[in-house]
Amino acid sequence: MLTLLFDGIAYGMLLFVLSLGLAVTMGLMNFVNLAHGAFAMAGGYVLVVLMRGYGWPFLACLPAAFAVTALLGAVLERTLYRRMYSKPHLDQVLFSIGLTFMAVAAVDYVMGSSQVNVQTPEWLRGRFEFGSGALSLGMGAYRLFIIAVCVALTLGLQTLLNRTRFGSRLRAAVDDPRVAAGLGIPVNRVFLLTFAAGSGLAGLGGALGVDILGLDPGFPFKFMVYFLIVCAVGGTSSITGPLVAALLLGIADVFGKYYLPKLGAFIVYMLMIAILLWRPQGLFTRSGGGR
Amino acid sequence: MINTRKRVMLTAMSALALIGSGAQAQSDTLKIGVILPMTGQQASTGRQIDAAIKLWVAQNGNRAGGKKVEVIIKDDGSLPDATRRLAQELVVNDKVVALAGFGITPSAMAAAPIATQSKTPLVVMAAATSSITEASPYVVRTSFTLPQVSVGLAEWASANKIKKVVSLVADYGPGYDAEKFFAERILFNGGQVIEKLRTPLRAPDFAPVLQKVRDANPDALFVFLPSGQGAAFMKQFGERGLDKAGIRLIATGDVTDDDQLNDMGDVAIGVVSSHHYSAAHPSPANKKFVEAFQAANKFRPNFMAVGGYDGMRLLYKGLDATKGAGGDALVAAMKGQLFESPRGQVLIDAQTRDIIQDVYIRKVEKKDGQLWNIEFDTIKSVKDPGKNR
Repeated sequence: MLTLLFDGIAYGMLLFVLSLGLAVTMGLMNFVNLAHGAFAMAGGYVLVVLMRGYGWPFLACLPAAFAVTALLGAVLERTLYRRMYSKPHLDQVLFSIGLTFMAVAAVDYVMGSSQVNVQTPEWLRGRFEFGSGALSLGMGAYRLFIIAVCVALTLGLQTLLNRTRFGSRLRAAVDDPRVAAGLGIPVNRVFLLTFAAGSGLAGLGGALGVDILGLDPGFPFKFMVYFLIVCAVGGTSSITGPLVAALLLGIADVFGKYYLPKLGAFIVYMLMIAILLWRPQGLFTRSGGGR
Repeated sequence: MINTRKRVMLTAMSALALIGSGAQAQSDTLKIGVILPMTGQQASTGRQIDAAIKLWVAQNGNRAGGKKVEVIIKDDGSLPDATRRLAQELVVNDKVVALAGFGITPSAMAAAPIATQSKTPLVVMAAATSSITEASPYVVRTSFTLPQVSVGLAEWASANKIKKVVSLVADYGPGYDAEKFFAERILFNGGQVIEKLRTPLRAPDFAPVLQKVRDANPDALFVFLPSGQGAAFMKQFGERGLDKAGIRLIATGDVTDDDQLNDMGDVAIGVVSSHHYSAAHPSPANKKFVEAFQAANKFRPNFMAVGGYDGMRLLYKGLDATKGAGGDALVAAMKGQLFESPRGQVLIDAQTRDIIQDVYIRKVEKKDGQLWNIEFDTIKSVKDPGKNR
């Protein structure tokens, strides 16, 4: 029982980091970026290439995955995404899904289409066992590590958005870009940084997830639905929403696959339908909801 | 006026001549249409068989039955509707003398009706559900069947004090075969399968099912997964501490696939599996095959490669016997072929068109810093048990 709960939390945390960037661009910048999974995949492959090809230690690869995908995000924001901000949502969806197809094909061509694995370092391969029977708790070191990283990230981001000048500028720029620009806030640069950070987070999530979710060129499509569910269920106006949604989904997914293997992955969709019937705007929304 | 008419006639004649020469070229060349998953999750299967076919052609030339042989390789991404379309194109447009390849059972099943309608022999080099050979009288198999290898493993398990077993298979045709025939034999020998688990074919998540296995606490876990998923599974198996909890892992050889074995790490050591081929099979024919294969490629041949290599042999020898004719004659010529394959002696059963071969019980061991499936027991000439009923 407790072991399952633990696994579910770890899985949910991972989903959270992966989806956070999407929640930020969708909620704060009002841009539907379906290519988000492609950034996560890029992060994963950065980890694989650095670890296997160049023998970098695992811990050094994680920031590298963040940095490379953030840079990639920044470059793409400058060259492609910026033009799309003012376009209708359908254009954004078509554009970003096209980008995803290109990324999948490119990775397939360069890296090959079979699933890749990495060997995590020895100290992350251990396992802690407590208690026995129904209350026994087994924690994989790697999953524990994921939870720790994600909790730290959440706290950091929450502070960044709510307590710092950058956070208030971002919120101002989102609420009304024209007035914000008039007040001397460099809106373009704020958006650029935000987009880059969101992509970087996806990359970090992808890198963390290689060991648990597996990595192959089909990754963006396999997990796109999950990211979107997290954003739809959690609402996109805060960090807490996606966090709770991701945890809920992760736990439901693990429990569903354990107790009702016949229904398997479908549990997640049932949960989503139920929650959206109950709260169509998502679990957490600012009053008034919706744009 | 006359001039124009002359010109028209000339054009018509040259056109006829062209058609004639085209037909000529066609009857001089025998095309073999190979459909493989070169992309997607089963891509390693395609890569292995592709390499094996190239090796066979490099070693034996491109002539069979007195004609030039051309191999056309198509990628279906292991999507059955794509397989069907490609098979149709190969038969109608390229007029292939035989179809071959087929990475997974659904692909082979999708192409079987086309083989029947067009009377085109279809050589299954990979897919391993028992019933494929019954889907069309033109199907001949050079890979293996899941019942063939599962029953042998069940025998070994019963003889080695394994009584309580949980089975875990991929949720599609060969998985059901493995689950059913393994359980029947275990039951017959007085043991029991306390839980039967299945994982989806695409994007499986092993964490919850492995936790379930752990909580059920059996003597052993029996696993079948398609080629390519073994490494991810072994990793989770180790991480979840199942090996330390005293649960033995026994599997069909697909899990300890030679292609991935070295990536699995030390957790794979000691895993007992049953299969028809190991790259470490100690025979001169296999040594030669493995050496030649590795000289041409950067990776080790696995059971898929052997299926492809033997499939080419079967087609070449069959075409030699029919002097290049296809259809029923070619199927008849492939039936009953008996030859020394890298895996040992094999026979294409004339009744079922399926393969009869030795099944080996192997254990993963480290040799010269690499992991290998070392054979330690042999069950001679196993006929597919799925056909006896």
